[in-house]
Amino acid sequence: MGSYIPSTQKEREEMLNAIGLDNINQLYDGIPSQVLLHRELNIPSGKSEMEVRAEMSAMAAKNTVFPHIFRGAGAYNHYIPSIVKYVSAKEEFVTAYTPYQAEISQGVLQSIFEYQTEMCELTGMDVSNASVYDGATAAAEAVGMCRERKRQVALVSATTNPDVIEVIKTYCHGANATVEIVPEKDGVTDMEALKSMLCETSACFYVQQPNYYGIFEDCEALGEITHASGAKYIMGCNPIALGIMKSPGECGADVATAEGQPLGMSLAFGGPYLGIMACTTAMMRKMPGRIVGETVDADGQRCYVLTLQAREQHIRREKASSNICSNQALCALTATVYLAAMGPDGLKNVASQCISKAHYAAKEIASVKGFELKYGGEFFNEFVTTCPICPDKLMGELEKKGILGGLPFEKDGEKLILWCVTEMNSKADIDMLVNTIKEVAE
Amino acid sequence: MNVPSNLMYTKTHEWVEIIDEKTVRTGLTAYAAENLGDLVFINLPEVGDSVTNGEALGDVESVKAVSDFMSYVTGEVTAVNEQILDEPGTVNGDPFGTWFVEIGNVTEKGELLTPEEYEKVLAEEA
Amino acid sequence: MELVFELSKEGRGCDLLPSCDVPETAISEKFARVSAPRLPQLSETDISRHYTKLASRTFGVNKGFYPLGSCTMKYNPRINEEVAGLPGFTGIHPLQPEHTVQGCLEVMAKAEEYLCEITGMDAMTFQPAAGAHGEFTGVMLIKAYHEKRGDIKRTKIIVPDSAHGTNPATAVMAGYKVINVPSDPEGGIDIEKLKAVVDDQVAGLMLTNPNTVGIFDKNILEITRIIKDAGGLCYYDGANLNAVMGNVRPGDMGFDVVHLNLHKTFSTPHGGGGPGSGAVGCKKELEEFLPKPCMGKCGEGYGMCCDRENSIGKVKAFYGNFLVVVKALAYILTLGKEGIPEASKMAVLNANYMMQQLSDTYEAAYKGRCMHEFVLTLEKLHHETGVSALDIAKGLLDEGIHPPTMYFPLIVHEALMVEPTETEGKDTIDNVVAIFKKVYNEAMSNPEAMHEKPVKTVIRRPDEVRAAREPVLRYNFD
Repeated sequence: MGSYIPSTQKEREEMLNAIGLDNINQLYDGIPSQVLLHRELNIPSGKSEMEVRAEMSAMAAKNTVFPHIFRGAGAYNHYIPSIVKYVSAKEEFVTAYTPYQAEISQGVLQSIFEYQTEMCELTGMDVSNASVYDGATAAAEAVGMCRERKRQVALVSATTNPDVIEVIKTYCHGANATVEIVPEKDGVTDMEALKSMLCETSACFYVQQPNYYGIFEDCEALGEITHASGAKYIMGCNPIALGIMKSPGECGADVATAEGQPLGMSLAFGGPYLGIMACTTAMMRKMPGRIVGETVDADGQRCYVLTLQAREQHIRREKASSNICSNQALCALTATVYLAAMGPDGLKNVASQCISKAHYAAKEIASVKGFELKYGGEFFNEFVTTCPICPDKLMGELEKKGILGGLPFEKDGEKLILWCVTEMNSKADIDMLVNTIKEVAE
Repeated sequence: MNVPSNLMYTKTHEWVEIIDEKTVRTGLTAYAAENLGDLVFINLPEVGDSVTNGEALGDVESVKAVSDFMSYVTGEVTAVNEQILDEPGTVNGDPFGTWFVEIGNVTEKGELLTPEEYEKVLAEEA
Repeated sequence: MELVFELSKEGRGCDLLPSCDVPETAISEKFARVSAPRLPQLSETDISRHYTKLASRTFGVNKGFYPLGSCTMKYNPRINEEVAGLPGFTGIHPLQPEHTVQGCLEVMAKAEEYLCEITGMDAMTFQPAAGAHGEFTGVMLIKAYHEKRGDIKRTKIIVPDSAHGTNPATAVMAGYKVINVPSDPEGGIDIEKLKAVVDDQVAGLMLTNPNTVGIFDKNILEITRIIKDAGGLCYYDGANLNAVMGNVRPGDMGFDVVHLNLHKTFSTPHGGGGPGSGAVGCKKELEEFLPKPCMGKCGEGYGMCCDRENSIGKVKAFYGNFLVVVKALAYILTLGKEGIPEASKMAVLNANYMMQQLSDTYEAAYKGRCMHEFVLTLEKLHHETGVSALDIAKGLLDEGIHPPTMYFPLIVHEALMVEPTETEGKDTIDNVVAIFKKVYNEAMSNPEAMHEKPVKTVIRRPDEVRAAREPVLRYNFD
């Protein structure tokens, strides 16, 4: 067994002597006997590093790593450049705490400042925080930012990722606030319904772009409708798509959120991912989480510090708007390095390849009898098709070829599949997918 | 410490200037400004908002602290000193010369201290 | 030093992707971006050197002593990082079919089983991504429990005045009013004052034990009994579990729900502020309210299900920071039933030894036996010389060690809170004790110089007032 305790038996005795004890158990003498555990823990005995490696590797081996992934729905398979993995694995970044001591934390602080700048550029917003837990909690926190005393109702489009809706509901239930779902029409938000639902008690409207079905929403029009009622407008984005798509800033959003996982984070069975949050200057003081600012030191040298801290829980306590402290700093660093490696042209290239390959795949899949594109709208890297056969059977056959097929789901009794295609899927992959579908379907 | 004799005070270190029967102006005392340190942000209500005796009407932030700004009258905000929103440091420079809000239609006044009484409060806290 | 944007050269880049092998589809003008994001254009050499330089300006546990009280900055074992990087974990899509993720589910099930045993709880969720997120989840469980019983008069959560700021902030996020109870002179809960605020409107109590001054509250059973008798539930903030794990279990102290910081107690790294994992455990009677989906043993293998109808819902997409759970499990397997309690005892021994060695120079805020951390008060030094806790902390920076937590808990004036953890050896502690004393002596002999510290770090003291008054939160390209 290991314990990572450096002190030798002799040193332990010396320390015990120094504090006047002769047995280490006496350290707990002050604890009432009724609460002490007078037995061994019922867990296995400690193991050597070699045994632990073997046991953990055996568990990893029980998972199927699909070489060909056509599933997204909130987690996306993108290429991760080597440099991104190496930088984000640097021990100093990995083992540091929150940079409260600015003088010895300039590395982390500057990387966050760079992250904030990149997020502002990507989203077209004025201010970014240092990250929150994931895209879903970013959406929930954004809703919280928009609530005012007389505006307590959050409107959320039905075309939003269901996990995001669930998290928004949980947070709003906590705050004793209400969530209303704006219905969809033909795979996008029903604008007429939105108009009729917005009123003087509406705090905000949240829309996902591209939406859960992969379709582009008319975000400028939605923003205008929302603002006409005096409510705030929140856009949840795909950061890769922002390489070519109109940014939330260009669409008039007050707050932009995104799941940052596509920016260099592995799929990792759902986490750690990255919650991106950015807003207008007017909303800045309502934004939760840590924020890094530029200033100068005692010698007039440019440097970085955590700032606007009086918004946060450690100072404001029960008056804070959020309790967040730890965030996803290392994931934010990962995203920063990813965007530095990609550069403006690289990001645009990834986005272009995603949209191109998704359209190629959509056309090919739709050529199989009974598989039709469910919606007519323009889409990015995801799309929905009908499925004339048992989806489980199809997925099983795809699995035999090492393919993770799209995500099957049902809507109004109809069997559908949400497919995702990225730069990782070559033409040969897509052709193999389509041929397998043909074999099963025909 | 300087305690101007033309003002009234509160036990939470605000000063209150009685303009007339129904109107007051209020700000932060020198003691409070010094203890909070350099102010970096001030949250104030908007004109037309109502304020209540014994409740916070806003708050003031320094780098590492936030403190409620209390109201000891019930009434309605009739003016806000916009300048301090942009330059909170003016409060540190001239606390008694820098008002925060003007409250009109005052219907209730809470516990206000005379300069002499406030000096006693300061002596106790020192 | 330069920002990444200042290193950018038009036309530079990395060659990462093959060219597109399908017909290109362009986005229509209606949806196309108007202005391109100004991302940096860099070679891989530029990127590597830039971030290596930033890493050298960052202080991590691997670099030196990091006694940050209430943060448990223990060593982060490398084997944990390595197993969390296995493609069998990193390459798994969260929405893969159950039979293809049996290894992931086994990790979660084992971690749940062992951590439930360590905490004395019956069930656990790994969905919360951090301690504060776990607190929110835990208090939402309490809320759901009362709501299901139709007990809607309970609107208050009791929090001691010594608590970490997240506790009151959490209670408010969950829709509760916070009732602060003062501490007694030993830093524990004042029982009489607690009784005075407890009534049938109390939903629960949030507490950590040992408390935030590093002392084990002996009255814990009476405290939890008072809350329970009033119909409330007790929430254990696991921030300080490193003092007692394997020796005392929150479940045996009368707590109904706990959160753990896997990134403190169970050795996973802090990553400069995250990602963490705020696992939440609870007793049987709260299990039905845990977030969806529930995961666990299912026939021969492991499964997930979403039919927990009384669940509080989801607090995060998918299942939490999974790779952090992988690291924590590797740690628990390594230490095992012998190593877990031993680690805590050594954490307590190191803290008591260090406090004792410092006692001829520094004044402890609470005398007597501490647990895994202790609080120093520099009130007297400050009064006599004008040197504050902040000045001492900055003096320590010049000596190459990370200062203790400053000005926390709020109930101690000029506080420095020291938590050495068990992964520091006696020689390290002896060395830092000498440094602490050297800095103290400097403060006595030349107090003015202390206000100028640090002078050896890459920057001197930053102007925080300027940063807050005129916020510059992003690079300005123009």
